[in-house]
Amino acid sequence: MTAEPGRSLTTIVATDCGSTTTKAILIEKIGEEYRQTYRGEAPTTVEAPFEDVTRGVLNAIAEIEELSGRRILEGEKIITPSGAGGDPKVGVDIYISTSSAGGGLQMMVAGVVQSMTAESAQRCALGAGAIVMDVLASNDGRQPHEKVERIRTLRPDMILLSGGTDGGTVTHVVEMAEYIAAAEPRPRLGMSYNLPLIYAGNKEARERVVEILGKKTALTVTENLRPVLEKENLGPARTKIHDLFLEHVMAQAPGYKKLISWAGAPIMPTPAAVGLIMETIARKQGINLIGVDIGGATTDVFSIFQGVFNRTVSANLGMSYSISNVVAEATLDGIMRWVPFSIEEQDLRNRIKNKMIRPTTVPQTLDELQIEQAIAREALRLALIHHKSLATGLKGVQQERSISDVFDQKGSGETLVDMRQLNLIVGSGGILSHAPRRVQSLLMMVDAYEPLGFTDLAVDSIFMMPHLGVLSTVDEKAATDVFIRDCLIHLGTCVAPTGQGVWGERCADYAITFPGGHNCEKGTLAFGDLRLFPLAVGEEATVSMTPARSVDVGAGRGVSMEQRVRGGVVGLVLDGRGRPLQFPRKAEERVRALKQWHAALNAYPSSA
Amino acid sequence: MGHTYTPGLTVTPRTVVSKKRILPLPGTVLVEVGRTVSSATVVARAELPGKVHVVNMVNQLGILPEDLPDYMIKREGDSIEKAEVLAETKPLIKWFKTEVRSPIAGVVETISTATGQVILREPPCPVELFAYLDGKVVEVLPGQGVRVETTCAFIQGIFGIGGETWGEVAMAASSPEEELTESLLAPHHTGKIVVGGAFVGTEALARARAVGVKGVVVGGMHDKDLRVLLGYDLGVAITGTEHVGFTLILTEGFGRIPMARKTFELLRTLNGRKACVSGATQIRAGVIRPEIIVPLAAGEAIEEVEVGKAGQSREGVKVGDSVRVIREPFFGRIGQVAGMPSDLTMIPTESHVRVMEIQFPDGSRAVVPRANIEVLEG
Repeated sequence: MTAEPGRSLTTIVATDCGSTTTKAILIEKIGEEYRQTYRGEAPTTVEAPFEDVTRGVLNAIAEIEELSGRRILEGEKIITPSGAGGDPKVGVDIYISTSSAGGGLQMMVAGVVQSMTAESAQRCALGAGAIVMDVLASNDGRQPHEKVERIRTLRPDMILLSGGTDGGTVTHVVEMAEYIAAAEPRPRLGMSYNLPLIYAGNKEARERVVEILGKKTALTVTENLRPVLEKENLGPARTKIHDLFLEHVMAQAPGYKKLISWAGAPIMPTPAAVGLIMETIARKQGINLIGVDIGGATTDVFSIFQGVFNRTVSANLGMSYSISNVVAEATLDGIMRWVPFSIEEQDLRNRIKNKMIRPTTVPQTLDELQIEQAIAREALRLALIHHKSLATGLKGVQQERSISDVFDQKGSGETLVDMRQLNLIVGSGGILSHAPRRVQSLLMMVDAYEPLGFTDLAVDSIFMMPHLGVLSTVDEKAATDVFIRDCLIHLGTCVAPTGQGVWGERCADYAITFPGGHNCEKGTLAFGDLRLFPLAVGEEATVSMTPARSVDVGAGRGVSMEQRVRGGVVGLVLDGRGRPLQFPRKAEERVRALKQWHAALNAYPSSA
Repeated sequence: MGHTYTPGLTVTPRTVVSKKRILPLPGTVLVEVGRTVSSATVVARAELPGKVHVVNMVNQLGILPEDLPDYMIKREGDSIEKAEVLAETKPLIKWFKTEVRSPIAGVVETISTATGQVILREPPCPVELFAYLDGKVVEVLPGQGVRVETTCAFIQGIFGIGGETWGEVAMAASSPEEELTESLLAPHHTGKIVVGGAFVGTEALARARAVGVKGVVVGGMHDKDLRVLLGYDLGVAITGTEHVGFTLILTEGFGRIPMARKTFELLRTLNGRKACVSGATQIRAGVIRPEIIVPLAAGEAIEEVEVGKAGQSREGVKVGDSVRVIREPFFGRIGQVAGMPSDLTMIPTESHVRVMEIQFPDGSRAVVPRANIEVLEG
């Protein structure tokens, strides 16, 4: 439902249909600015007994109606445009939505060489907002019958098949097509339709692939996603994924046909929309950023470095449904290094499992909160490691080397995530967005990501990035206005020198000139120190750092550096704990250090 | 709007449960609407396509893929026996002939002139779908399965492992607080659904397997004992396909936690009756909890237990309701709602949340976030 073309939007209602909750927001044009004004939420109604996603959408919008006094619904219809019948408090100009209900978009991808076309296909599917269930390749080490068996048992929503550069060998990609055909794959939802499959490989093999898979799958052919080794062309395949997501996958989910007919723009998978708004912001502000959304089941990581967008999903790193897996991957010692007290292993393990089976509970005591935040640090850290391994340059590409490269040889496929070049970290998800003190969110992200040099940190206030992502496809100004003014809560800036040293010894000297230039704070940051200086939202200060000889603050070892930094609800943090982060070895010293750090940032109530 | 959803597990002496029984792939439904079925009745059948074998023919024959059809003795769709010749070369001197024989019995599915591979398929494998419940078929989904409905006593657990099974309920513990120990498990428990009290440990679980019980229902267990039982650390809460020798259902959670008295008493009244149980647990959208279903005869009501409000929709928590605390520091304790302040209240973590006041049986009171309680339903 949308206003007539050409008319500027003044009132927008957007929903995100999540696995458990449908979140609606109202965006209104106030003066020349767009602002998010009201929000409502209701349980998602994809499952029985309702089996109609629009029930939850109507309920969430009804909550906005109650709060805002604006009449948006007429029976089961959204009134468009705004001002219908001459009343400015009636209707909206457009309704838009994202969806991850029913487990989101689950895909299997296949390519020929694991580190080349298969990896490009994986990046393509992830960028389109999918969860990649498996990556098959000719050289993945599995026997043909194992591949066939795997394809058959997976039951994805969609398959993306790539392989071969244009004009290259056809044999291997045809072989993969034959395996898929032999598996007779069935879609996850429903039995009555063929599984959508996108072919985005060597164009010379198209005819053969159509012959083999044309009758067994709902086949769509698009441009090769790796036409030459040196270039990825993910756009066309990504667009096809979105089209098929709407036409096939969503159409099978209860109530979605109606929802699609209401929406004034194509419904997007939630992570795809989040990626889009981050890409838009990075482009508009000319910055490198990392975004993370830590949920109950999964952790999504987005990065934009030098304009290159990447997204990964760590499917089993989450804070409830898969919390035990975080502990299994990080080990109990890995978790406990963040906990400022000791606890019996059996008790801790039982508590974690109880959180897994009762995911909606909240920590009531400080120790429970600190355990959850310790687990979150490890989930964030592991998800970033995963992200770095996939957000890389293209592998298998020949590189021209000059004589100067002899001393700095780098292979192809290096990670694009360079923490020294990072400008902004944006955190999202309950544990970050709803931490009782904002400084706890900042500390979780700093501990997990160990940013280097000068880095801004922010959190998403009420998880409206999906809504803004889809809005950016309709009206970029409205989306960026709201993103900057209402979506992000700036926490502040972290300044972290790279290097290690003996605790208590000089790491760097600092001089901070606060707004107005009249107030200057000077001192020495020692190794092991963590310091907080108040610097409010909207304020800026100039920080001058003179590091010790072996320490780098961004300009090289021992080289001084001055930079303007942005304030936030937490302020300015100077982190002298060393990079990589250093911990005392002995348990009691570690606990003492954690308590000191927490006290320095006033992270927890003093009784902690 | 503004309705607070409070999770609760159903424990009721009488309700109607309806289960969709769906084949993993299209097949044939063998029963009609109205038919009375029992757990072991096969309600639908399908044929799972046979395993696939790939033979790289061109490598073995030393030929080009496009020439492969000329060398094939068998064609697409032909049946084959194990060791039967699939293809051979035709040299001038017979002595130099190369033959490729089939590694399996089945059919030739495809002969590829692009890759030079031949795909063979074993005969299909039949899959039978059981009714699982004693009840009546109320709906047939053509080619897919059926819906079976039964009037039953119904108990949901919080976590389980292992799939669907059925057997007689056998009370091994005499109180909800008692631990299910090795010594309480005897040979007469073979094939039964054994009910313990507060806890089960590694030794008792090993004994249960040795005795050959079909299911174990107990209040709690330690995570470390679950790891021993499974042989790995369960990372994600999705279960139901484990094979540990029996189906295990926890009614309360991890740790040593007495089974809710209402659950225990209901199971006691069901002692000796047939129960259909499943350990399948999935905690995310479309929550699945483990279950104990005891089918009842028409018009039958379980004595000694008050009949619950089956079939009515839950209307949120009220003062006086029985609830269980499901998070530290009062984890596992059962009490009654004594107050429900409507304003947000700050708890020790400094979060502002909606809370409720709970009175425990010993008369003590505590303030607990509403998210940390579970209504004892029935």
